[in-house]
Amino acid sequence: MAAFAALLTQILHLALLLVLAPLLVGVVRWLKARLLGRRGASPLQPWRDMRKLLLKRPIIAESASVVTLAAPYVAVAATVVAALLVPSFTRGMALAPVADLLVLAGCLALARGALALAGMDAGTPFGGLGAAREMAFAALAEPALLLVALCCAILAGSSNIDAIAAVFAEGALGIRVSLALALAALVAVALAENARIPVDNPATHLELTMVHEAMILEASGRHLALWEYQAALALTLWLSLLAAIFVPFGMAPAASGPIGWLVGLAAYAAKIGALALLLAVFESAIAKMRVFRVPEFLGAALLLGLLGALFLFVSTGLL
Amino acid sequence: MGAILGVNEDSHPPVLILFTCLLAGLVVAGLAGALWPKAGRGVACVCLLAALGFVAIALFGLLRAPSAMVLPIGPPGQALSLVLDPLAAWFLLILGLSAAAASLYALADAAHAAPRVVAGFPLFVAGMALSLLAGDGVTLLLGFEAMSLASWVLVGYGHADAANRQAARLYLCFALLSGLCLAAALALWAASAGGIGLDVLRAAPPDGWRAAVILALVLAGAGSKAGLVPLHGWLPLAHPAAPGHVSALMSSAMVKVAIYVMARLLLDCAGPAQPLWWGVPLLALGAASAVLGALRAALEEDTKVILACSTIENVGLIVAALGLAAIFRAADLGALAALATGAALLHALAHSVFKAGLFLAAAAVLTGAGSRRLDSLGGLIHAMPATAACAGVLAAAAAALPPLSGFAGEWLLVQSLLAGWRIGPLPMQVGLAAAVALVGLAAALAAAAMVRLYGLVFLGRPRGPRSAAAREAPPLARAALIGCAGLTVLIGLAPGPLLRLAEEAVRTAVRQNIADQAQLFLLAPGGGATAYAAPLLALLLAAGIAALYLGMRRYSPAEPVLGPAWGCGFLPAPPELPFGDPLAQPSAAGFGQPLRRMLGSSVLGAREVVTMPEPGDPAPARLEAGFADPVFAGLLAPLAALRDWLADRAERLRDMSLRRCLSLSFGTLVALLALLAWLET
Repeated sequence: MAAFAALLTQILHLALLLVLAPLLVGVVRWLKARLLGRRGASPLQPWRDMRKLLLKRPIIAESASVVTLAAPYVAVAATVVAALLVPSFTRGMALAPVADLLVLAGCLALARGALALAGMDAGTPFGGLGAAREMAFAALAEPALLLVALCCAILAGSSNIDAIAAVFAEGALGIRVSLALALAALVAVALAENARIPVDNPATHLELTMVHEAMILEASGRHLALWEYQAALALTLWLSLLAAIFVPFGMAPAASGPIGWLVGLAAYAAKIGALALLLAVFESAIAKMRVFRVPEFLGAALLLGLLGALFLFVSTGLL
Repeated sequence: MGAILGVNEDSHPPVLILFTCLLAGLVVAGLAGALWPKAGRGVACVCLLAALGFVAIALFGLLRAPSAMVLPIGPPGQALSLVLDPLAAWFLLILGLSAAAASLYALADAAHAAPRVVAGFPLFVAGMALSLLAGDGVTLLLGFEAMSLASWVLVGYGHADAANRQAARLYLCFALLSGLCLAAALALWAASAGGIGLDVLRAAPPDGWRAAVILALVLAGAGSKAGLVPLHGWLPLAHPAAPGHVSALMSSAMVKVAIYVMARLLLDCAGPAQPLWWGVPLLALGAASAVLGALRAALEEDTKVILACSTIENVGLIVAALGLAAIFRAADLGALAALATGAALLHALAHSVFKAGLFLAAAAVLTGAGSRRLDSLGGLIHAMPATAACAGVLAAAAAALPPLSGFAGEWLLVQSLLAGWRIGPLPMQVGLAAAVALVGLAAALAAAAMVRLYGLVFLGRPRGPRSAAAREAPPLARAALIGCAGLTVLIGLAPGPLLRLAEEAVRTAVRQNIADQAQLFLLAPGGGATAYAAPLLALLLAAGIAALYLGMRRYSPAEPVLGPAWGCGFLPAPPELPFGDPLAQPSAAGFGQPLRRMLGSSVLGAREVVTMPEPGDPAPARLEAGFADPVFAGLLAPLAALRDWLADRAERLRDMSLRRCLSLSFGTLVALLALLAWLET
């Protein structure tokens, strides 16, 4: 019975995230538009765009190879696998024992690699430019993520996302300075990984400072739809990760049955909604950085992570 | 050794007799190659057979009790001896697999091989095998030096080119240094232990100042062979100078022999009695090598140099894992010590396979497209599809992407680092946290380097006419590449069973058990608090891709059409540029620019100088960018200056008068007699 519940919640979680991803992007866009005094398109617009793109015939650059055709599938599949590992409304889903933070980082790295190679495939200037910047930013974001994992592993005993969420949800740890520092570091990493302001502007095209959009300039039709979907899913999974680790309250154990799941779902909706609002407010209030200021931004995240670990060492040493 | 490992009592175990026969066969093949340069194909066949024999012997050694044999030859009073125990067997497995791939590639290329390559290659393999199965210090040094000298001959193969001559000379200097340091370390140890056999050394682990000196000497000796910072300067010069399959073997197997010497002497023989700081130099140098190697790999502009720098990175990760194992063992955290050792052994195997394959792919590209420079390659996926597919798998493993082989070892390493905060004093905890960040940085930089390498070589448009007319590699070379790529996938999917296979090797190194942390489908360190299930991950990925593909077939059936690249509306290139404007495609330096600016300026002294002409001046604007490894300015240049100064001093002796010459001889004689008198007392 427990195994069945775990499997069922895993499937429900996947379906939820798959449906939610474009919707979340639509909601963030709509919120941003409202904050800027515009009416904004319906939150359903990304789903409509996706349908439109699927019906179009893809155009492949003459110099492109099979990488252009295959990369979006690999990237979306890797992101889906990563999304399977991040708990949303319940804990203890079927894949919870293998939901490791580093494996998650590996899956996202796989998606990133596929994206960068697709950007370089046609041999156009912008694709290579975007790929170079994306990989360089990732080089700084990865150590910061590992340091956040270190802070969590010290407090929770392992780097398993589900276990971290369970320990943090008990509240026995209380509020700690290190957790605040780790949260700041993880937010910075999430912004960089999702190509959001201040690292990259998701709303611009054809600008010399762009990163993510530069790599998918040559994509069209279903390939573009897949890339857009991958970005939306990555955003959803990062917000879910932040919610699961730092606001783990209200998540139902998988065995708690449908009532518990509904409560968890409501809590999840509230958390993701709040995070989307925060993101929209943040993006409306902050300007995009110059590309070569980004290392300072991510370097600060790295230092915050290190500082968080340091505080933990000192505090555990005092106990 | 018998007391500790339960050595097989048979004084002539068949497996070691077979090993000796294989060694003899390799030596005979080397001599035959020197006498009849046309025998290249036969010599390569012998090497292939010997390599497969080594794999079989290694599997035997991993699964059965250790066996030892005394050879009937050797210096007076010290017969050479061979020992096959699990640790040696694991590295022999690495050597066998890499040598098999390299020999297969050599077989494809045998008709054009230079005589010195034909003769040197089997001797090189034999030297490595001998140092792995050495049962005493003399045999170890003998094999190590044979390996060094044979590979020096191979590095000097392109000696018509001054840069290659210089690389070979530098390589010889470092080989001498490493031999001297190892000999000194073994001599010091043997003097206190009363014998040179590894079992004698193991019975008398060094302590006090002697331990510190031996640690420093072994680190300098084996570390300079493995390419550890700061003694890595020769590696990115010498590895690329050798012919393709030899580079592959040097980068995959030879550095592992050096790592084996470190693991054998510093972990196994030095024993568990060492203090906490014993592993710190290993961890610090390993982490520094990992970052520096990965950063250089992300900036270099020559395929083989990039791969050599990536070797420095991976050696750094492996050595860091060994250092971590020593630290854990000193802190009495046995399960974690086993985990870190398992990480080192698994990553050593994974690296040797994917790096051998990548070097062979670089060699195939050099043969097929005529260049090693990234700026003259490009778009080879169209002309060399099989090579490109294999190189893609191998580069993804080198970028530590799951579920391939590079990920499992690095995951284990990071997992053991994440548990490192349990070790005592605050400086150690902070150092381990910094090591976590450095390992993460190295892994991400390696991913950037591999994306850049693969994207610039195989994707995009050709950057030169020669790469537009590239030819696919011959069938045997393709077979070697496919073998490496297949093994990489297998190792990636089965880290659990491989760790089980390495169980006895781990036990030999740190006397700890790893079996409970490695299950058939799962790596579960720390009692299963977290886990990595490679086959499950691969299955999910494959299912996801299949579902997406079928879904797209169903809901988006339109066939793609070819069209000109959009490129933000760049105008099409003029007709005299059939592959488009080469300047409208990222170059090697251009792709490295973000990382060069972000990290290179502080670590590698990278600089960019923009020269803008005055308004109205028709001269072109120039951007000059470059970087230099600090080891050249910081270590090698002062050493070269010292050498010149000494040579200058020595030159002055020529002009001495007869009287002075005589007094010099007399003084030397008196000093020697005094030394003798002092030693006698």
